[in-house]
Amino acid sequence: MGQKRFTKDHEWIKVEGQSGTVGITQFAQGQLGDIVFVEVPTAGKVVKAGGEAAVVESVKAASEVYSPVSGTVKEGNAALPLAPETVNSDPEGAGWFFKIEIADAKELDGLMDQAAYDKFVAELSA
Amino acid sequence: MADNQLAENLKTTPLEALHIALGAKMVPFAGYNMPVQYPLGVLKEHLHTRDQAGLFDVSHMGQAVLRGADVAAAMETLVPGDLKGLAAGQIRYTVLLNQQGGIIDDLMVTRPGEPGMEDALVLVVNAACKDADFAHIAASLRGRAVLTRDDQAALLALQGPAAATTLAHFIPAAAAMGFMTSLVDNFSGTAVRLFRSGYTGEDGFEISAPAAAAEALAKALLARPGVQPIGLGARDSLRLEAGLCLYGSDIDTTTTPSEAALNWVIGARRRAEGGFPGAAKILDQIKAGAAKKRVGIKPLGRAPARAHTEIQNEKGDKIGEITSGGFGPSVNGPVAMGYVDSAYAKTGTKISLLVRGQPLPGEVAALPFVPHRYFKP
Repeated sequence: MGQKRFTKDHEWIKVEGQSGTVGITQFAQGQLGDIVFVEVPTAGKVVKAGGEAAVVESVKAASEVYSPVSGTVKEGNAALPLAPETVNSDPEGAGWFFKIEIADAKELDGLMDQAAYDKFVAELSA
Repeated sequence: MADNQLAENLKTTPLEALHIALGAKMVPFAGYNMPVQYPLGVLKEHLHTRDQAGLFDVSHMGQAVLRGADVAAAMETLVPGDLKGLAAGQIRYTVLLNQQGGIIDDLMVTRPGEPGMEDALVLVVNAACKDADFAHIAASLRGRAVLTRDDQAALLALQGPAAATTLAHFIPAAAAMGFMTSLVDNFSGTAVRLFRSGYTGEDGFEISAPAAAAEALAKALLARPGVQPIGLGARDSLRLEAGLCLYGSDIDTTTTPSEAALNWVIGARRRAEGGFPGAAKILDQIKAGAAKKRVGIKPLGRAPARAHTEIQNEKGDKIGEITSGGFGPSVNGPVAMGYVDSAYAKTGTKISLLVRGQPLPGEVAALPFVPHRYFKP
């Protein structure tokens, strides 16, 4: 039972010990629309908090997925490039992008919890 | 906040309320608040149009009537199309040219067939260009023809294999119209101008109607089986798969018809006679070939290559740039078009596409990506 944190760029990270699983939120997939291509990072890639880590493309446009925290990628979701529509159907489950070894757990304090993120999205939609 | 302020300055079409009632996501486009997609989403809207029928609001486009004693000859001084040869009720796709042979806009020119319109041409131009186009035409043809804008009229496009049976339910004569013909008829009590044309590669119609009647006509079409509202997102992917140019992306004042692979818009008589802006340059390019050429481009992987992607040869030298690119839902893969040095324009030529700094394999492909299915009786 990891805790989930959210960025203002609509990524989520589910934290379990020193690792996290990263994806984009339900709100983000809805904004992007039909997702037709994803590129996930390979294991060993070093990413910074807020740095580009993956790519997601809808019919309309390409977007970057930023890493919520600094660290080293442990695994990219190999199933996702073969079925990019999973990001639409299950963005906060099977549609995860990568798992990361968290370099500095204190960075998590700067992210929103579920209640704060829900409020953030509600304000955006208002 | 910024978005709201922007939205307040946007123009709206006569179907604004209907778009909102249908749950459209609205975006600014060419100064108008336009539906980019409906709840169905771009992918399904695209596939639905190729499978059944899609209804598009294209009321932002510019409509006008040009009248003069010798109106076709007058308009031929601005475009390379054979307009004098247009039969009554026939439509021609053509381009407005500048003196360098660059494309000011692409447009549809119709010679209306109904009585009393013998001295008229009906023009439909791109939304973003319409003010400049109409000013240019009016000024250039002063003394020979008079241009009257029809800013109040709505323009609906009904596209797809079910378009003809759908429209024939209201207007029986629509079914027999050939591709690129036009007529005026009665649609549930409203006089409308029909064009059997469109920009999806599918059979279909464009329907010019008075603003006051537009919503009722759109609702009547949407109530027929198999008709869905379709937004600008799918309009773009449909026209890209059909190999059709988007003005401002694939063609502009820096591209000539020859470079844009649009030599077919220049009629045989016009090639022989010239007499259009940039004729010397364009006729020379037709004979000798242009230095660059618009081609279809197929990325060989799954990653879309979007507009402004650099195109390289196999040695890594820049040979061109993508002007439109994205995901083609009917192709079920990435599709694009762009300009390459003419030495690389042959179908099947291997190229590299520089996407996010990585050279991805691609090849020059024949257009269209999806065969046109126009109605030719």
